[in-house]
Amino acid sequence: MLSRAADNLFWLARYLERADYIARVIDATQRLSALPRAYGGAGTEWESALESAGVADAFHERNKDAKADEQGVVEFLVFDAGNPSSIRNCIDLARTNARAVRTALTMEMWEGINSAWLELRRFEERRDKDCVTDLEELGRFLSFVKQTSLHFDGSSNRTMLRNDAYWFSRLGLYVERADNTARILDVKYHVLLPETEKIGGSLDYFQWTAILRAVSAHTSYHWVYRQGIQPWLVADLLILRPEMPRSLTSCYENIVRHLDSLGLSHGRQGASQRHARATLGRLENEKIETIFQSGLHEFITAFIHDNTRLGTAIAEQYLT
Amino acid sequence: MAAFDEMTLPDGKAREVYRRLARWLDGAPSELLSSRRNQAELLFRRIGITFAVYGDKDATERLIPFDLVPRIFAREEWRRLEQGLVQRVRALNMFLADVYGARDILRAGVVPSDLVYRNPHYRPEMVGHKMPHGIYVHIAGIDIVRVDDKDFYVLEDNARTPSGVSYMLENREVMMRLFPELFHAHRVAPVENYPDALLATLRSVTPGTASADPTVVVLTPGQFNSAYYEHSFLADKLGVELVEGRDLFVRDDMVFMRTTEGPQRVDVIYRRIDDDFLDPLAFRADSTLGVPGLFGAYLAGNVTLANAVGTGVCDDKAIYTYMPEIIRFYLGEDAILRNVPTWRCREPDALAYVLDHLGELVVKEVNGSGGYGMLVGPHASKGEIRSFAAKLNDEPDKFIAQPTLPLSTCPTFSDEGISARHVDFRPFVLSGADGVRVVPGGLTRVAMKAGSLVVNSSQGGGTKDTWVIDG
Repeated sequence: MLSRAADNLFWLARYLERADYIARVIDATQRLSALPRAYGGAGTEWESALESAGVADAFHERNKDAKADEQGVVEFLVFDAGNPSSIRNCIDLARTNARAVRTALTMEMWEGINSAWLELRRFEERRDKDCVTDLEELGRFLSFVKQTSLHFDGSSNRTMLRNDAYWFSRLGLYVERADNTARILDVKYHVLLPETEKIGGSLDYFQWTAILRAVSAHTSYHWVYRQGIQPWLVADLLILRPEMPRSLTSCYENIVRHLDSLGLSHGRQGASQRHARATLGRLENEKIETIFQSGLHEFITAFIHDNTRLGTAIAEQYLT
Repeated sequence: MAAFDEMTLPDGKAREVYRRLARWLDGAPSELLSSRRNQAELLFRRIGITFAVYGDKDATERLIPFDLVPRIFAREEWRRLEQGLVQRVRALNMFLADVYGARDILRAGVVPSDLVYRNPHYRPEMVGHKMPHGIYVHIAGIDIVRVDDKDFYVLEDNARTPSGVSYMLENREVMMRLFPELFHAHRVAPVENYPDALLATLRSVTPGTASADPTVVVLTPGQFNSAYYEHSFLADKLGVELVEGRDLFVRDDMVFMRTTEGPQRVDVIYRRIDDDFLDPLAFRADSTLGVPGLFGAYLAGNVTLANAVGTGVCDDKAIYTYMPEIIRFYLGEDAILRNVPTWRCREPDALAYVLDHLGELVVKEVNGSGGYGMLVGPHASKGEIRSFAAKLNDEPDKFIAQPTLPLSTCPTFSDEGISARHVDFRPFVLSGADGVRVVPGGLTRVAMKAGSLVVNSSQGGGTKDTWVIDG
């Protein structure tokens, strides 16, 4: 297929995945910031939310001297047209990309994205009229965003031909998802570091559950480990567990699979296949104990760098 | 006499902890509340949190009415309540270990022996068997009422299979979705860690023969049980299998579940089945819900049941009347939570008094639960009182009587707007090897009819979210 079309599909999926992730980060941060102070609310939850979304610098550049409070951060993450990663921009860009490759999408996918975009317009109109978005309206908006990504994911899975179009959109989704998971770990790694606190009595408990909620893994955690929430297991779940659909390992299994399908169909492999396979190999041979010993922060930083390089490799090999 | 209202003082001002909520309610138009109530109902339907009422053919899946106005405790009030709960549940566990062990309390004459031995929930088979860490009641639901802003009264102890905790958790989730602005303003202590605390409790009481990574399951009678939703909800939150009796079998006094990978040993069973139905070989032979041989495996010390078999002997309404003495006997302390004054109809003087004052009293069956088979004097007709008096005379041992307490009221959203309704409160107390825990919250039940004192969900009562807040 056309490189440009493949690029559109890749980014369409990335933007919708990102919108979903940012919506979850906001949800989880709201829960955290509403906790009584005795539960360890440090007052920096909204700053972390910006960092988890990877837009802290952009925020502070635009809002000089302003403290990252709830209203400002939510506005920036959700509706700010000047923030390239705001949810409204993600949906807007997803639709722009979708329009560009309209014929590569199935009817179901296109209608899903287009109605999401129309819904976004309605939200914005209402908001312009009332000049402010109350928390209730925001809650509705965030759950709408999550519905949108569910719809996109489900409709592409159910209706797309398994060819280039499908593989590139899946690649976008998993590269973005790996980036998101790694980012939230990077921002929160300090609460995951081992401490000798009493089990169940830790003030960080709600930080850990917030991480799990942000990647919709709260119930899954219990099914995998069948014990109370332990920080190193949270890291294990999100980094190494192949059965956890947002873990780095799972993302890379999918990336390798879809890149292999591409390679097979094109009769040719390249730098992105090699790079992805090497990353997966490292993840598969890793143990969470070793990661903690040699530094969780260093591990994640290196991963984010690697993942970005994969994005570049895919772009160079296929999308330009 | 007007009942104590938890929000509004007699002079019309709001109590300190309710001040922000009262201001918000004043400003909230009733259409807003109506629309949120509809949303709440939709959410509960979608989650599937339903309740079956026995004897009601058309409503196998009914929603318990949910009231939007939360019930609030200040942290200071909560701390005192929590201390009282921990004290009481420790005493209950010591009482059970004693009754099925050395029987000191019976020999000391503090509790009459026949109340124990003739209790239908007493299990002589349990005598001489020690439970891991001496814990019998791992999960207790203690029903609490208030009549003023000082004391907490215990209405009854539920030491068998108390239910309702899923409502504590789901009510909170729904409230957070519907009223984000209120949570923003209040900083409510979270309850979401209850499943983790429960799992830690269950894993702390594994039998000695269990592996290092014990297997916990939730045992349900099945989907026709009134609390099935709760069973499945808890199993999911705990991340453990929800099993029915037919999923388990016993071999060589060990319990296994049938899985796709073959039999898997089970170490701890959080059972939501009554003693009678646990094991057709040991108890009711006609039980199809249980597991043949389970009780043998239990006595052999190869599986832990939570709660233990035979805990019903401590939560009946006759033993209840002795709780202040029981607490003093084991802990040497005065009870922090008060008992409702109670007439034991087994005592002739008390019976005579009760018969004379049926119109003012609440009379309950010693072993009843769920609000079935009780007489609420002030709301009963002459005929009902007459027929109840006959029952009392026949079997006085089966009944106790209490004054109709002026249960506290909470503002509740009804068709006439916000008005006061009577409430009670069921916190959930967990006892494990590492101590006794209570998450800051519980289930507030509310009588939805004006003036009614019956809060049981089987009798049309509703629920509220319960908040513990600072300040």
